[in-house]
Amino acid sequence: MIAEGSILDTVLHVLAAVLFLAGSFLAMVAGLGIARFPDLLARMHAATKPQVLGLGMLLTGLALEIRTGVVIWTLVLVLLFQLITAPVSAHMVGRAGYRTGRVRDDLLVVDELTDDLAAVRRTEHVTDIDDADDAMVQALADTEKRGSDA
Amino acid sequence: MTLWVAVACGIMLTIGAVCAFVRAERGPSMLDRVVAVDVVVASVLATVALVSAWTGRVDLVPVLVVLALVGFIGSVTVARFAAADSDDDRRILSREEARELERARREAELAEAEERRSGSGGSSATVGREQQEGGS
Repeated sequence: MIAEGSILDTVLHVLAAVLFLAGSFLAMVAGLGIARFPDLLARMHAATKPQVLGLGMLLTGLALEIRTGVVIWTLVLVLLFQLITAPVSAHMVGRAGYRTGRVRDDLLVVDELTDDLAAVRRTEHVTDIDDADDAMVQALADTEKRGSDA
Repeated sequence: MTLWVAVACGIMLTIGAVCAFVRAERGPSMLDRVVAVDVVVASVLATVALVSAWTGRVDLVPVLVVLALVGFIGSVTVARFAAADSDDDRRILSREEARELERARREAELAEAEERRSGSGGSSATVGREQQEGGS
């Protein structure tokens, strides 16, 4: 156990304060980005900052302030949950955003999904976007199969 | 943690949450709003961690676990049921527009009832409908 008022204790407190300030700064930056960025994908990019990195910093800072085994392991659990759930929700929001036309294609530098879907539509003569998705998965599986056969 | 560190963190977290709330209010789509609400949840998580560090309260840590677990359900649900609608449908109607739509709907209903009466000759149902119309 680290003695109260020792040099190490002070160093840990300062480190925790720095981490807290950095994490809070990321939360503020995310808020500004959310309010100012032009389209859904850019806003999602801003939103991940406090969700993963900022939260990691804050929880590390909290673990340095409260140095108890139970608390530290609970905080590890919190970060783990966040790391598992944030990509799931981001994936679903991004997918739904693309399908409902909330992605501004004039802001995209690379847009492979649109090209792939268009290519599949040309070859398979499908019009529905869900069918195009399925057909693309099927086409990819066929290509892999041919590759393994050859 | 000294006082000014806690105050500075609190101010920054508040600015972030307020900006996210502004985006949640402005939209324009449900997905934008749900991303903004995710940021608000992250800010709340950060605030709980800050309060826990400032006061040394260990009993707030389970709150962090619950928030981290539950926070993503909202965005997943909204993303699952997001529908492609036109810009005009997506907009939230003003009070006058909503009233206008309601009036048009009532008129259509009345016209339909009128047609039914002249078609089948039943009259009692339309009288009831007219009374309802007068009362509301």
